[in-house]
Amino acid sequence: MAAEQAMFSDYKYGFVTNVETDTLPKGLNEEIICAISAKKNEPPFLIEFRLKAYERWLKSEEPVWANVKYPPINFQDITYYSAPKKKPILNDLSEVDPEVLRTFERLGIPLDEQKKLSNVAVDMVFDSVSIGTTFKKKLEDAGVVLCSISEAMHTHPDLVKKYLGSVVPIGDNYFATLNSAVFTDGSFVYIPKGVHCPMELSTYFRINDRESGQFERTLIIAEENSYVSYLEGCTAPAYDNNQLHAAVVELIALDNAQIKYATVQNWYSGNPKTGEGGIFNFVTKRGRCAGVNSKISWTQVEVGAAITWKYPSCILQGDNSVGEFYSVALTNGHMQADTGTKMIHLGKNTRSTIVSKGIAADLSSNSYRGLVKVAPRAAGARNYTQCDSMLVGDNCSANTFPYIEAGNASCEVEHEASTSKMNEEQLFYFQSRGITKEDAVNMIVNGFCKDVIKELPLEFAAEAQKLLAIKLENSVG
Amino acid sequence: MRKNMLKIKNLSASVDNKPILKGFDLDINAGEIHAIMGPNGAGKSTLAKVLAGHPAYEVIEGEVWFKGQNLLDMEPEERAHAGLFMSFQYPVEIPGVSNKQFLHTALNAKRRANEQSELTEPEFSHFLDNKMKLMEMRPEFGTRNVNENFSGGEKKRNEILQMAVLNPELVMLDETDSGLDIDAMRIVAHGVNQHMHGEMGLILITHYQRLLDYIRPHFVHVMMDGKIVRSGGPELAIELENKGYDWLMRPANERTNA
Repeated sequence: MAAEQAMFSDYKYGFVTNVETDTLPKGLNEEIICAISAKKNEPPFLIEFRLKAYERWLKSEEPVWANVKYPPINFQDITYYSAPKKKPILNDLSEVDPEVLRTFERLGIPLDEQKKLSNVAVDMVFDSVSIGTTFKKKLEDAGVVLCSISEAMHTHPDLVKKYLGSVVPIGDNYFATLNSAVFTDGSFVYIPKGVHCPMELSTYFRINDRESGQFERTLIIAEENSYVSYLEGCTAPAYDNNQLHAAVVELIALDNAQIKYATVQNWYSGNPKTGEGGIFNFVTKRGRCAGVNSKISWTQVEVGAAITWKYPSCILQGDNSVGEFYSVALTNGHMQADTGTKMIHLGKNTRSTIVSKGIAADLSSNSYRGLVKVAPRAAGARNYTQCDSMLVGDNCSANTFPYIEAGNASCEVEHEASTSKMNEEQLFYFQSRGITKEDAVNMIVNGFCKDVIKELPLEFAAEAQKLLAIKLENSVG
Repeated sequence: MRKNMLKIKNLSASVDNKPILKGFDLDINAGEIHAIMGPNGAGKSTLAKVLAGHPAYEVIEGEVWFKGQNLLDMEPEERAHAGLFMSFQYPVEIPGVSNKQFLHTALNAKRRANEQSELTEPEFSHFLDNKMKLMEMRPEFGTRNVNENFSGGEKKRNEILQMAVLNPELVMLDETDSGLDIDAMRIVAHGVNQHMHGEMGLILITHYQRLLDYIRPHFVHVMMDGKIVRSGGPELAIELENKGYDWLMRPANERTNA
């Protein structure tokens, strides 16, 4: 506990909640998978889905191409299911373990509807299960479904069956396949035809248990002519062991639909001095612009996790569909991030924009990896990529790995890149004009990231700016 | 007697363990303009940076008093709040931060520190427009990022604009004339002269007499090897222009014979 408290100082979300849990034994095998499925009383198609994934996973290999280094993961030493014991009754938050509620309050996410975030509906996932959703009534009136995916399996089985694995197939990649086998919970969002979702939707993920992995699965379906903006946030206690987070997010946008998906990721990133502990954030996020004129935007502010391996992507299938990726990835201490996007242009006149801002400080390593692929039939496809890196200090590294595959002669693909360095001279310049070093860092970083921050929902933009400044406070000067 | 602004006593400072200032002394009173001249490497820019509080420079000994306050005990931003201003020889580019945002933040930080009310955005816009006209700067300079892609002359003009906005009491211009064409020099000098008043002190660091035709100093000091080796009136600058610095490096007895 002492070690945990020592690490606690720089990461205010590093606390642990003592709560009785219902936990399956460590390890991964068919029995565990069936037990997870049984706990959730899942329909048969899901057990099949899981077992098929497990079979594929056993045959697949961990990817090694990312620009990150970490010791081998012992998949048999992970707890795949851990849930607060008190059974949540989703319509009444007073039934939730008060310790868990207090946790979310400490995280600044009050569940109490009296104090709720203005006009943001929140779904909370604590270790493996969703513990509650706010603003149920208002959403129901609009016909919008925001619930845990476990609940959706029962309330909307046809939609889950139709779309689960439709964007990230069962055998997609090592970590996504693992997720397909063992995912425990996550959010489900359904926006009916013609509905403009009346409020921001949000999920807050919290890992609490020391030994558990978090494998959540998010599925968002936007029917024709609908709109939704969704935001996820993540934190975890400061443990000195590494924990695995392997999530899958699938988005489907039908004709003329628009999905905006934003992430503020602040997992515990390990001890900044020793690099001990922290979350391995190996996540597969992908959206399918299935319909004509549909649009999917990913915005991410990644400031946590020991290792990040994450490429929120868009499959631009519908003609005239639009994919966007706006990213700030900040690494400090011993963090390693290999993140970027894939824009797969299949439909005619599809367009994509990529704006990536990488900030590396201390001993960290920060890589952008992106693919822009234009299929032969994607006539008139266009992409614009801007990829900027900022270095803070002399011992960090920033890399850019852009891949372009242009299969149609009529496409236009643009790539711009820059590298800059935040240095003592810049900070002194601010100070000599009367601006403190902290404010200077804040202004420089937010200036560097403003093209991305402005894409965040207003409620979270200011928080994200503060977070970036706090993260760099100890890295500069 | 005029009010003392700045008192530098036996100041020695080093960078990367290399001594640069070696027992530097100077007194500046309100209303005075002092030019500091000298060859490359004499320590002129180091003096400005030490006074502004640059973290790379280490003060080894000596004292600096600014309006009765111990300057060396203050953070760089506190020195700015107290009324010190250095115009950089090489102004730094700040991508992503507009000139206007930068100046507004700086001015309000100073006003806050001096218990004055902060200026709102419209108030500041109006204020800045006037100052920019003085410096003959086009309005788009407000929205451009600080010094980013500015020409050498634009950067120097921008420094003087910052001075005009922050309204300091002691100004150090570090080779503000270098890289300026004659028109830009006239504009810069005009901006400085407009700003100069009887309650202010001004230190001009320069290689050349040229700037001194536009901003007339009361005193000229020659700096060599980290200290002042000779002080005089404006005529000393002309003498330097004609003779160079070499004659000052020779031993005093040779000089008198020359």
